Amino acid sequence: MTSLTVVEPGTLTTVQDFGRPGQAALGVGRSGCCDRGAHRLANALVGNHPTLATLEVTLGGLVLTADGDVVVATTGARCPGVPHLGPFSLGPGEELRLGIPAAGLRTYVAVRGGIDVEPVLGSRSTDVLAGLGPPVVAAGDRLPVGTTPRPVPGVDVAAVPEPTGDLLTVPVTPGPRRDWFDDAQWRRLLEQAWTVDPRSDRVGARLVGDPLVRTREGELTSEGMLRGALQVPPSGLPVLLLADHPVTGGYPVIGYVDDEAVDRCAQLRPGQQVRFTSLRQDAARER
Amino acid sequence: MRVLPSGSRGLLLELDSLEEVLARYAALREVDLPVLDLVPAGRTILVVADRGTDLRALEQRVRAVAPVEHAGADLDPVEVPVRYDGEDLHEAADLLACSVEELVRRHREEAWTVAFCGFAPGFAYLRGTRSGWDTPRRTSPRTRVPAGALALAGEFTAVYPRESPGGWQLIGHALVPMFDLHRDPPSLLLPGTPVRFVEARV
Repeated sequence: MTSLTVVEPGTLTTVQDFGRPGQAALGVGRSGCCDRGAHRLANALVGNHPTLATLEVTLGGLVLTADGDVVVATTGARCPGVPHLGPFSLGPGEELRLGIPAAGLRTYVAVRGGIDVEPVLGSRSTDVLAGLGPPVVAAGDRLPVGTTPRPVPGVDVAAVPEPTGDLLTVPVTPGPRRDWFDDAQWRRLLEQAWTVDPRSDRVGARLVGDPLVRTREGELTSEGMLRGALQVPPSGLPVLLLADHPVTGGYPVIGYVDDEAVDRCAQLRPGQQVRFTSLRQDAARER
Repeated sequence: MRVLPSGSRGLLLELDSLEEVLARYAALREVDLPVLDLVPAGRTILVVADRGTDLRALEQRVRAVAPVEHAGADLDPVEVPVRYDGEDLHEAADLLACSVEELVRRHREEAWTVAFCGFAPGFAYLRGTRSGWDTPRRTSPRTRVPAGALALAGEFTAVYPRESPGGWQLIGHALVPMFDLHRDPPSLLLPGTPVRFVEARV
């Protein structure tokens, strides 16, 4: 079987697909790729079914070699040193070396046939919080590559918007515990630009700014949450939940970032700013 | 039942009691809805819709589902062998104003039910039928609770499926794994399952 050998993993590289939905009753969260659109596109560019696994590379730095002929594509954050948004080939012994992206956080590397590690509970995703799935990619790993009967698409380059380092604006709707905060706090959520904290990870993007103050005291009974939730811990600094968020959480969720826009939030780098704009609940529901 | 918004993919059903949660959860599992996942918790069920589902239509259909009364009442309890040898056993007995022997007897005789799972894969929150289990958490959580630790906190008892940080009072340990990837399903205890603890002899 063809494989890729990891020379350097970079800051954090994991194998990801769309995760393991439907198992919350076991205490197992969905996990999966943080930027679903970029993962889907990377697979499409090499002719893979969207459910095949890709590599999610955080802040570049991944170096690997192919031991046979492979077709690969990168999407998401553009790393210098490799073609981006279009398929290309690597021959036996050839090296793929991702530089550090100038903007964006996560790059997806798809290989034709998919990264064929052993699935765990129906998914090849690494859940860093739950400790499920394949181990985090490390130097010396040999990653098996699968096969696919699907044709290679006749695409040179996909013209899609790329992540930038500019202020990002995304739509939010009120969450289940909006009423734990008064209107002034809701405005405080919307009227400032929040800065992404360096302690952010696949579990969530931690935001720094003028803290939100709860109007209701007391403890919330833990409840189910989804990616995109803006959870407000006692510090008043919201955490935007991403792919590896816990199944349930005990802090109130003031709002939700629209599901489609969470992909763009997954590309926010530490220090970058994000602003939330109110989307009417009706409009959100019609999507 | 209140239905609270949870983004473009979710509806949070808020109920008055854990019994109502289990009754609704049992009913929702049986009907064919465009739903990716159901997340039961202490007072809520998060309904996660399939991509592209109209949430308003889904809400109507969810509201129309009649709860299943006494869900799980006819199931045989899962027996979990344990030893009552936890580091906090004496402190927990003090907190519950009883002797260690009394605490162990009550814990063993209690008919527990899995309320919901969370915190970690296979971590089940079990609730008893009698009152008097309300145990405060440790003021300073442990950075390392061993796998298999049997513990009390709030109105719940639980077994830690693997080593992790934790603030619950440790009263013993279980002799069977809570989460095993080679078992189907991997979690021993699922929401609605009745559970009894059986003291293992040394």
